[in-house]
Amino acid sequence: MMLKGRAWKYGDNVDTDVIIPARYLNVSTAKELAVHCMEDIDPDFAASVKDGDIIVAGENFGCGSSREHAPLAIKGSGVSCIIASSYARIFYRNAINIGVPILESPDAVRDAQFGHEIEVQIEEGMIRNLTLGKTYRTTPYPRFMLEIIGAGGLVPYTVARIKGRRRV
Amino acid sequence: MGQTLAEMILSAHTDGPVRAGDFADVRVDVVLANDVTAPIAIREFDKLGVERVFDRDRIVLVPDHFAPNKDIKSAAQCALMRNFARAQEISHYFEVGKMGIEHVLLPEQGLVLPGDVVVGADSHTCTYGALGAFSTGMGSTDIAVAMATGATWMRVPETVRFVYTGSLQPWVGGKDLILYTIGNIGVSGALYKAMEFSGPTIDALSMAGRFTMANMAIEAGAKAGLFPFDDATRAYVNERASRRYTAYYVDDDAEYAATIEIDASAIEPQVAFPYLPENACPVSEAGDIPIDQVVIGSCTNGRVEDLRVAAKILHGRKIHQRVRCIVLPGSQQVYLNALREGLIEDFIIAGAAVSTPTCGPCLGGHMGVLAAGERAVSTTNRNFRGRMGHPESEVYLTGPAVAAASAIAGRIVAPQEVL
Repeated sequence: MMLKGRAWKYGDNVDTDVIIPARYLNVSTAKELAVHCMEDIDPDFAASVKDGDIIVAGENFGCGSSREHAPLAIKGSGVSCIIASSYARIFYRNAINIGVPILESPDAVRDAQFGHEIEVQIEEGMIRNLTLGKTYRTTPYPRFMLEIIGAGGLVPYTVARIKGRRRV
Repeated sequence: MGQTLAEMILSAHTDGPVRAGDFADVRVDVVLANDVTAPIAIREFDKLGVERVFDRDRIVLVPDHFAPNKDIKSAAQCALMRNFARAQEISHYFEVGKMGIEHVLLPEQGLVLPGDVVVGADSHTCTYGALGAFSTGMGSTDIAVAMATGATWMRVPETVRFVYTGSLQPWVGGKDLILYTIGNIGVSGALYKAMEFSGPTIDALSMAGRFTMANMAIEAGAKAGLFPFDDATRAYVNERASRRYTAYYVDDDAEYAATIEIDASAIEPQVAFPYLPENACPVSEAGDIPIDQVVIGSCTNGRVEDLRVAAKILHGRKIHQRVRCIVLPGSQQVYLNALREGLIEDFIIAGAAVSTPTCGPCLGGHMGVLAAGERAVSTTNRNFRGRMGHPESEVYLTGPAVAAASAIAGRIVAPQEVL
């Protein structure tokens, strides 16, 4: 899977309350949530983000609440991928589970600036900053996590497993 | 080689012993969701092609975030969860009037027990680590799969051990210990790891104090915050449990990622400044900070022990005329106990509003949302930007003693200043 888009750059500890404030949690679809995505730290984001764009952020991205509404809002906004120095663990699971590719690369994050053109090759864990002409390699996913990503998320992965069990 | 509490409990829930770093399919004892996270979980559950949940007695659904219904959309979300609970004949669905804030309610009702593996679609599910359970928050899709299969995948976490020694100063409790600890290690200080709390200070700490500490393990990025089983755990659990449980004790041969020793006798009441729980400092160094609102309650500090601390300070005193003080007992049982003990009377005479249990103000949902420029002192667990309302509002996290004292003074103060 090859992804390409402009970078939206943020700092450390971007929490799920700013990704999607709780006052909007009375709805739960990606499209409804996307309208308010990142509103409290970047009021321009929701209106200006383009399909394929990439969020680039520092450490502990997605910390705080377990709300799956956060990666759903990001998915609904058209963002193709997230690159961060590290992730809060619940957000990490949630993103993989709903099919938002996420990569960890402190080096890529350090160099990237707002508006840089970034290209990502998911299976190989390769990040290219086209603006700077630099390439970064990330640690590949564990095998079963690649299977979840390959299946399109945890639900289709589990459906396949349940069907497999019934066949036996 | 010994095992950490996390390794012991997870090993007992999968095929054979597991160690930190292993990936495992883990059987779960209890699965939890609330009115905000259940709607997505139910939507995903419906895609799985299974008709029934894995065990209707092991799923707990609690409308507590935007309940009692705060608006029409929230009413629809609560109705969706209620209908699912009825259709699946879920034993532990708690309607308004019987519900509480989930992480106060589940231990109180004996639904989560020592040695359990618990997964919940709420990040503060880590609270049950106080009982010696391996308990962790997940997203709705993970919870949908756990509801269907009774299992989930986990990476067995490394453990950081925290050993507390020394007696606590007056008005210092579990909240101050955990804020101080997060202040030391930072909001990603235990990322992907388990925290294990022990030592003489912990041995002497009430169950309420332990719930408060375990509750905030997530604020250091941890997957779980575990306490070893002891007499206090036994006394708490035995009057509530209706099924068997397993006690686990600290194994000194276990391999820890790090051991951090903390002299608890040196810890003052703490205040965590906006916008991160790691911005903790002693209340004596807080400076002159006028406040508009005080919130006492939540899954962090909504137990009757917490309300007793607040009432002791508020009794016979008046809340500052500029301050709105909102008290939220964590469950109907806590409310009833507080009423019988005369605490509710203390709060009302002091000029506080007392609310039915709800998560409402903690996450800026309802029942105490802040305007631009307003400041709150709160016994809750998060002070992120916009957490309690407008992005330009501020939340200062404290324990119930500092919160009650600050409500009287109209600014952030140590309890001694108003007594």
